[in-house]
Amino acid sequence: MSKILKIENMEKYYGNKGNVTKAVDNISFDVEKTDFVAIMGASGSGKTTLLNCISTIDKVTSGHIYINDQDITKIKGNKLNKFRREELGFIFQDFNLLDTLTAYENIALALTIQKVNAKEIDRRVRDIAKKLEIEDVLNKYPYQVSGGQKQRIASARAIITNPKLVLADEPTGALDSKSARQLLESFEYLNKEMEATILMVTHDAFTASYAKRILFIKDGKIFNELIKGNSTRKEFFQKIIDVVTLLGGELNDVI
Amino acid sequence: MLFKLSVKNIKKSFKNYAIYFLTLVLGIAIFYMFNSLDAQETMLAVSSSTRQILKLMVNMLLVISVFIAVILGFLIVYANNFLIKRRKKEFGIYMTLGMGRRKISKILLIETILIGIVSLIVGLLIGIFGSQLMSIVTAKMFEADMTKFEFIFSSAATIKTIIYFGIMYLAVLFFNTITISKYKLIDLITAVRKNEKVKIKNTFLCIIVFLISISLLGWAYYTVTVNFNSLMGEDFEGLLPPVVCGCIGTFLFFWSMSGFVLKLVQSSKKIYLKNVNMFVLRQINAKINTTVFSMTVICLMLFVTICVLSSAISINNSFTESLKELTPVDINISKFRTINKKENTKEYSIREVLQLADFDMNNFKDITETSMYTVKDLTMEETLGSLKKEVLEKFPMVQFDSSEIIMKLSDYNKVAKLYGNEEFTLNNNEYVVTCDYENMKNIRNMALNNNQEIDIDGIKLSPKYKECKNGFIQISGSHINLGIIIVPDNIELKEKISIEDYLIANYNADTQEGKQKIEDIIIDNGFTDRIAALEEKGNINASTKIIVYQSSIGLSGMVTFIALYLGIIFLIASSAILALKELSESSDNRDRYSILRKIGADEKMINKALFMQIGIFFLIPLLLAVVHSIFGIQFALKILETIDSVGNLTKPIILTSGFIIIIYGGYFVATYLCSKNIIKD
Repeated sequence: MSKILKIENMEKYYGNKGNVTKAVDNISFDVEKTDFVAIMGASGSGKTTLLNCISTIDKVTSGHIYINDQDITKIKGNKLNKFRREELGFIFQDFNLLDTLTAYENIALALTIQKVNAKEIDRRVRDIAKKLEIEDVLNKYPYQVSGGQKQRIASARAIITNPKLVLADEPTGALDSKSARQLLESFEYLNKEMEATILMVTHDAFTASYAKRILFIKDGKIFNELIKGNSTRKEFFQKIIDVVTLLGGELNDVI
Repeated sequence: MLFKLSVKNIKKSFKNYAIYFLTLVLGIAIFYMFNSLDAQETMLAVSSSTRQILKLMVNMLLVISVFIAVILGFLIVYANNFLIKRRKKEFGIYMTLGMGRRKISKILLIETILIGIVSLIVGLLIGIFGSQLMSIVTAKMFEADMTKFEFIFSSAATIKTIIYFGIMYLAVLFFNTITISKYKLIDLITAVRKNEKVKIKNTFLCIIVFLISISLLGWAYYTVTVNFNSLMGEDFEGLLPPVVCGCIGTFLFFWSMSGFVLKLVQSSKKIYLKNVNMFVLRQINAKINTTVFSMTVICLMLFVTICVLSSAISINNSFTESLKELTPVDINISKFRTINKKENTKEYSIREVLQLADFDMNNFKDITETSMYTVKDLTMEETLGSLKKEVLEKFPMVQFDSSEIIMKLSDYNKVAKLYGNEEFTLNNNEYVVTCDYENMKNIRNMALNNNQEIDIDGIKLSPKYKECKNGFIQISGSHINLGIIIVPDNIELKEKISIEDYLIANYNADTQEGKQKIEDIIIDNGFTDRIAALEEKGNINASTKIIVYQSSIGLSGMVTFIALYLGIIFLIASSAILALKELSESSDNRDRYSILRKIGADEKMINKALFMQIGIFFLIPLLLAVVHSIFGIQFALKILETIDSVGNLTKPIILTSGFIIIIYGGYFVATYLCSKNIIKD
C-alpha cells in the first residue's frame, strides 16, 4: 500500500527565545491510502497544531510532511493554495458553509474554484448527494437544515474534489449524538466505498471508535497508538477508554 | 475612563471609520471652498460688471448652501447609523457588564465630538488650500487678473462651516441616542448571529414587474424627448408625470432585477458554475433585497449629477463659442438722431461727440459708419401680412405694431464685410431679412416662404430668399437680432420715425494689454462725465467686446460654478452611501471570504471575487443613471435651446465622466481597498 501522508520528525514551537512552547515535539507517523486515522488528545495537547500543519494552514518549525510523496513544507505561495485546493479536503467543527448559498451551491463551489466544467459539476454534486443522503436538502439554505445535514453537506464538499486526504477537525463537536452517529457512518461509507483517506482530530472516544487507527497525543508527543484490526467497534471503544484512563487528566472528563 | 474608551474605539475601528471620515472631510472642504468665494472676489482684479455677477452668485450660494447642508446632514446621519449598527455587539457587551444606556450615549457623544473636531480641522485645512486652487479656476472662468495672487482665508466661511457642521453633528448625536435607546440587550448580543432572511421572490412576478418598470421608463424617456413639445406648457406641469414614472420605474427596475438576474444567470450553468461567479452573485443577491431603495436613490442622484454637470459645461462652452462669433469687433457706438429738431440746433455725429469729449480717434481703426431706420408704415404687421392670425395663435407675445428696422444695402454690406458676415446683392424690387434670434427667425421664415411683399412708400418689394439670413449689426452676448430688413440703396425712405447711427471700430492695438488700455479710456469716469456734460448732444451708447465678454462669461461661469458645487456634493453623497453600505457588511463578508479561503480559493480568486462584488454594486446604479442621462441631457438641451443654441456635447461629456471617474471611482477604489483589508484577517 502506498503512503498518502508521511510525517518525519515534525516540530512546531511557539514563542521566542526565552519562552518556548513545544506544541508539537518530534512526531513521526505515516498514513496509508484508504486509512481512517483519529488523533486524540486533551485540549492543549497539540493535536490542532498538528492538523493545521498538515493542512498547510500553519508552517512547521522543523521536520518534513510528505503528502503523496510531495514535501509540503517546501511548497510556497500560490502553489500552496493550489495544492490545498486539489489534494486536500476539509471538514470543520462549525461546518463553515456559506449562508448565502444553497447546499447544492456550497458543494459545487469546491469544484467551480477548480475550474471543473459545469456539466461535470452537476453530475458529481448529485452523485455525492445521493451517497450521503442529502438529495432532498440540496436546494435549501444552510439555516433551513439540521446540524447533522449541515455537516454532511460539508463532508460532501470536502470529498467531491476527490482529495488524496480528508482532514476533519472535531467534526462531531457541534452535533447531537444521533447526528454524530449518522455523520460517522457517512465517514465509514466514504472510507470503505469511496476509498477516501481520512485523518480526524477529536477528543471524543465515541467518535474516535469509528476510526481504524488511533494516535494519542500528549504534550506534543505521540503517547500511544491503537489499531482496530478485527475487533468490533464496542471492543475498540473499550480499548480507547482504557488508554484515556491511562492518560488521565482532562481527557477523562469528555467520555 | 469613558474618554479613554472612546479614543480607543476610534483608533481600533479606524478601518471602518475611514470612509466616513473621508466623506466628512470632503464635505467640509467643499462647503468651505464654495462659501469662501466672496473672500476670493476681493483678491481678483475683476471688472465691476463681473463683480456684480460674483455678488449675485455669492447670494445664490447662500441659499444653495442651506440645501447642500440638508443633503450632507442626511448623509452624515445615515452614515453614522450604519456605524452604530455595526457596533451592536460591542454595546451589548458594555450593557452586560452593567453599563447604562446613558453611559453608552456618553461614549458616543465623546466619539462624535472627537471625530467632529478632527474632521473639521482637517476639512477646513484642505478647504483653505483647495480654495487657493479654486481661485485660479475662478479667475480663469471670469477672465480676471491673477497677478495679485495672495493667500486668502475667509473667516466668514470658516465660521459658517463650523456652525453648519456643528448643527449636523448635533443631529447625529440626537439620532444616536434614539437608536441606542431602542435597542434591546438580547438583540445587541445576538446581532452578529442573526442571519438576514433571504427573501425568495416569485420569478414570474419579478418578470412582470420588470416589464412594467421598463415600460414606465420607456414612456418617461419618450415623453421628455420625442414628445417634448407637449411638455412646454405653463410651469412645466407636464413634467411631473414622467419624473414620477421615472422614479417609480427605477425602483421597480432594481426590485425586479434582484429576483430576476440571479435566475437568469442560474439558467446558464456554464456561467453560473464558473470560478467564483456563483459566490459573487449570491453575495450581491443576498444584499440587493435590502438595498433596492438606496440603489434607487443613488441612481437618481447620479442621474441628476450627470445631467447638471454636462448641461452646465455645455452652456459654458456654447457661450464662449457664440461669443466669439457675436463680437467680431471691439466697439459699437450708437446714437439716435433727433428727427423733429428745432431750427438752428446742430446735429452732432458720433465722431463729433467723441471729439468734443477729447477722445483721440487714432485709438480706433477699421472705422465703419452706418445707419438704421424705421419708417411709419412698415411694422411687423406688414412684414408678416396674411400670416398674422396664424402667428398670433402660436406666438401670442409678438408685438405687431413694432416698427421694423430698415437698412440700406450698401450700409449693411459695409458692416457685413468688416464682421465677415454674408454680403448681399439686390435687384430693385427685392429685399432680404437678416435675423438670428431663433424664435423670431421661425416666424419670419413663415412669411418669407409665403413670398410676402412689403410696401415702402408705394414701392413694392418681394423677398429675394425664402428664409431669413444670418447676420447682425449690434455686438452682444447672445443672438438678439430680431430682424433687419435690407432694401436696395435707391429706395427713398420718406416718413422716417427714427434714425440710429452706428460707429463700428476696432481698437488700434495689437495686444490684449493695448486694447485694455483703450477700453480703460472709454470706461474711465472722466470720459463718461465729459460725455454726460454734453447732455442731449452727446446721447451716445457704447458697447464693447470686453464688457460683453465679462458679463456673458460671468453669467455662464456662475451657472457652471453652481452646477459644479451641486454636482460634486451629489456625487460624494451617493458614492459615500454606497461605500458605507458595502463596508458595513464587511464583517459578514469576512467570515464568508475566510470560508472561501479555507476550501482552497487562492488570494487572486478571493480578490477577484471581492472586486467583482463591489464593482457590480457600484456599476449597476451608474449604468441605469447613464441610460437615464442619455434622455435627460437631451431634454435639458432642448430647454436650453430656447434660451440659446447649445454647442457640441463631446467636451462636456468627457469632463463630466472625468468628475465621475475621479470621485465615484475614487470611492470605489477606497471601498475595495478597505474591504480587502477587512477580509484579510
